Amino acid sequence: MIKKKEAAGEEQLALLELSMDEIVDKIEELSGQNVFDCYQCGMCSAGCPMADEMDLLPNQVLHALQVKDPDVMSANSMWICASCYTCQVRCPKEVDLAKVMEAMRQIYLRKQLDHVPLDDLSHREIRHLPQIAVVASFRKKTG
Amino acid sequence: MKELEKLTYFPGCTLKDTARDFEISGMAVMEALGYVLEELERWNCCGTVFSLTDDDLMHQVAPVRDLLRAQEAGSEEIITLCSMCYGTLKRTSHFVNGNQERLDKLNAFMDKEIDYEGKVSVHHLLEVLRDRIGWEKIEERMTNPLEGLNVAPFYGCTLLRPQEIAIDDTDAPSVLQDLTTALWATPVDYPYAVECCGAYQVVDHREVIVERTHRILSAARRAGADVVIASCPLCHHNLRDTQKELIRTIPDYEEMPIIYFTQLMALAYGVEAGKIPTSLKAKIKHLQTVKGEG
Repeated sequence: MIKKKEAAGEEQLALLELSMDEIVDKIEELSGQNVFDCYQCGMCSAGCPMADEMDLLPNQVLHALQVKDPDVMSANSMWICASCYTCQVRCPKEVDLAKVMEAMRQIYLRKQLDHVPLDDLSHREIRHLPQIAVVASFRKKTG
Repeated sequence: MKELEKLTYFPGCTLKDTARDFEISGMAVMEALGYVLEELERWNCCGTVFSLTDDDLMHQVAPVRDLLRAQEAGSEEIITLCSMCYGTLKRTSHFVNGNQERLDKLNAFMDKEIDYEGKVSVHHLLEVLRDRIGWEKIEERMTNPLEGLNVAPFYGCTLLRPQEIAIDDTDAPSVLQDLTTALWATPVDYPYAVECCGAYQVVDHREVIVERTHRILSAARRAGADVVIASCPLCHHNLRDTQKELIRTIPDYEEMPIIYFTQLMALAYGVEAGKIPTSLKAKIKHLQTVKGEG
């Protein structure tokens, strides 16, 4: 039930009613991180357990934010990140990328744009999954 | 008979439902070691994930309320078994303890409660075993040594990351290996012990978890593991549940038993361990028979 956003970056900006400058400012405000601290060593992507599934690798997400490429907002990376913190503990520049990803998600969720449609989950699925999976998923992907 | 020492225990939601075996075995082994896990009279879901946005105090209310419950119970600490609860409560304690501005805001919001004073610390059961009881005592209490059993530790994320809450080295931890050795079993070294299983992505990206489980368990199998031990109910669920798909789709796939570390201890102590996979029971019986004949 992956709901990959088909619209390109520009369409996402229109949906969010924000410019890339505003988005980067918002991300820095919400996460407390400076995306320009990253010098693209790639350590985050090397260790990321979910990198195989991402449209943009973790270091590419930071690069896209640095150059204000709107496609970062249509990439699935922020929704695939599991906040496992492997990138954060290994980053030589101490960028907390998990917080950056969270800020990107929050930009959607605070506009009531949920990523996991609750109606798509069957009662059986919800019953079968541990509560920590369901609560965590809804905390990360719904507003 | 010596009175049992009380530990203020926060179970969390999942230990009361899909992770019952974790709680049952945890309580049994702690009692065998002279402790009782005394559950907080009242508690609520910790929120399972720590809020990562700087302006979001609202999502700190639930975990702070749990810290407050411990304060009300006259305790200055909370012990958890669930790694995810540990991560959330521990990070929350770091976020608010000693920060008067945040405490004031949260206390003003929780105006029907007494104030949380910011003094409750959070510990995982593995820290209690290692730092307060010690491996020697844990070994002494054993009745059924697990000699010959190869055990792969699976740490998952929230015991080790981020650094500020890590109970051990973030990249090369040893607490689960040391516990295994204390029970006379053999820890297995394999590349995925500290990796993420995919966590809550199981809800809408189950196929990713199946792939990760295959990688993790195949590596453990190649390293000679007879069993994988976990301390997170979500890791336990993901590895065990998605393995069923591997069993169904891969010819001759050999099932890897997944249990909690407390269940491994319970097996070595001969106390209530909850449900143990049949193949693991058979393996241990075989090892003990071979040893008896030797």
